[in-house]
Amino acid sequence: MNQTSDVIIIGSGIIGCAAAYYLAKKGVSVMVLEAADSIGNGGSSRNGGGVRQSGRDSRELPMVMWGIKHIWPTLSEELGTDVEYTQKGNLRLGKTPSHLKILQGLTDRAVACGLDVRMIDGEEVRKINPYLSDEVLGASWCPTDGHANPLTTTLGYFKKARELGVRFITGEPVLALKKVKGKVNTVITPDGNFECDKILVAAGYETREITSSVEVDVPMRKQKIECLVTEAEPHMFDQMLGTAEADFYGHQTKHGSFVFGGSTGLEPFLASDKAAPSTSIGAACTCRGIMKYFPALSNAKIVRTWAGWLDASADGIPVIGAADGAPGLFLACGFTGHGFGIGPAAAYSIAEVMTDGTPPVNMEPFRCTRFKAKV
Amino acid sequence: MISANDRLADIGPFVPAADDDLIICRCEEVTKGEIRKAVHAGMYTLTEVRRYLRCGMGLCQGQTCGRLVRNIIARELGRKSSELEPATGRAPMRPTEMKILSSEKGVE
Repeated sequence: MNQTSDVIIIGSGIIGCAAAYYLAKKGVSVMVLEAADSIGNGGSSRNGGGVRQSGRDSRELPMVMWGIKHIWPTLSEELGTDVEYTQKGNLRLGKTPSHLKILQGLTDRAVACGLDVRMIDGEEVRKINPYLSDEVLGASWCPTDGHANPLTTTLGYFKKARELGVRFITGEPVLALKKVKGKVNTVITPDGNFECDKILVAAGYETREITSSVEVDVPMRKQKIECLVTEAEPHMFDQMLGTAEADFYGHQTKHGSFVFGGSTGLEPFLASDKAAPSTSIGAACTCRGIMKYFPALSNAKIVRTWAGWLDASADGIPVIGAADGAPGLFLACGFTGHGFGIGPAAAYSIAEVMTDGTPPVNMEPFRCTRFKAKV
Repeated sequence: MISANDRLADIGPFVPAADDDLIICRCEEVTKGEIRKAVHAGMYTLTEVRRYLRCGMGLCQGQTCGRLVRNIIARELGRKSSELEPATGRAPMRPTEMKILSSEKGVE
């Protein structure tokens, strides 16, 4: 058994890489173990790149608002990597009166949390984005929302953490954790046992299997997400887009390509939860959704489609913090498909929690003990 | 096999070369020097280099430059190029218009 570092992080997604960076900045020695061969190979490299406050659960709004104010604007400079952060607003579109009702509800709850978001009519929508079809009746408009590049953000945090001496090991699956004298301080892999003071598990849905070895469980389920990207097109618009129906979301990247994600509605009923290939019905469905809103994109060529898994928690927001009942163990999982935009702030917060510092927001909504039986 | 996957493994310093300006990925205009520097920044797999620099993400999806990129990465790591896992191929095989892909029956 060898004492490897103060902290071991399991999972090298945006949370693992960013937490490693913030901990290393505080002088903590960190090792990151990644089961896959490549860094950030899960949802962190497969999402649609939204850096969004509007449309979120009000319990996670303070954290994401803090990140958008204090981390995202200067992140490219801080990491020495262009994360392509673009803060030009988010339009969440509606085409029917019932869509507008959904959007009004989301907007009212966000305004109550102090977010600058409002409902606008179809005419104003097309002033902001003239390419939208006349079918759009209205939208919620949040001018401080935006998007970024998930690939370079995740790898940018990895690169910077590595420069600070964080030891990343890929292809190193964690088999189990172990308690010694009541404290979780040992990580077991096929290569042996690693001892440390504190462990952070940020491994998406796979967190569940890893922490089951020390009787810690976060109720989550795996759900597939599918995305596609077009060839580079002339610049059309800068906003992040979504819909009340959630039939698609996306943006035009700095490179000119359009990245869109979508769902068919059949994702919870897949035959297999093992491999994650993109499906023919997924891309086709997303294209139909896009063309209803953007007729002008019907000739844009799709160059690539892909899929990934999100970790949907039982109440739709993540667990971030100490694992109650398992001293030494910390969790950051269950981000439910909206973990990218909130990722930097979540990682900063967990690094504060793990060093007995001061998290920038109240962490109580993210406690792992909040899941209770309904009666 | 921890040593091969340890991203702090010593692969030596980045040494500038005369042909670093050579464009390797034509679709996304990525140079040999950028690929070599990415390896020294910790990107040890084809997948990571692709995500970091976009090489192989353009119109041809790496069908032209894939082998060249693989050889450059392998040489920088001091490994055999056959030891490196290829980046995942993704559908569709050819760039396809949204109006065609959206119809599961094909062109109507």
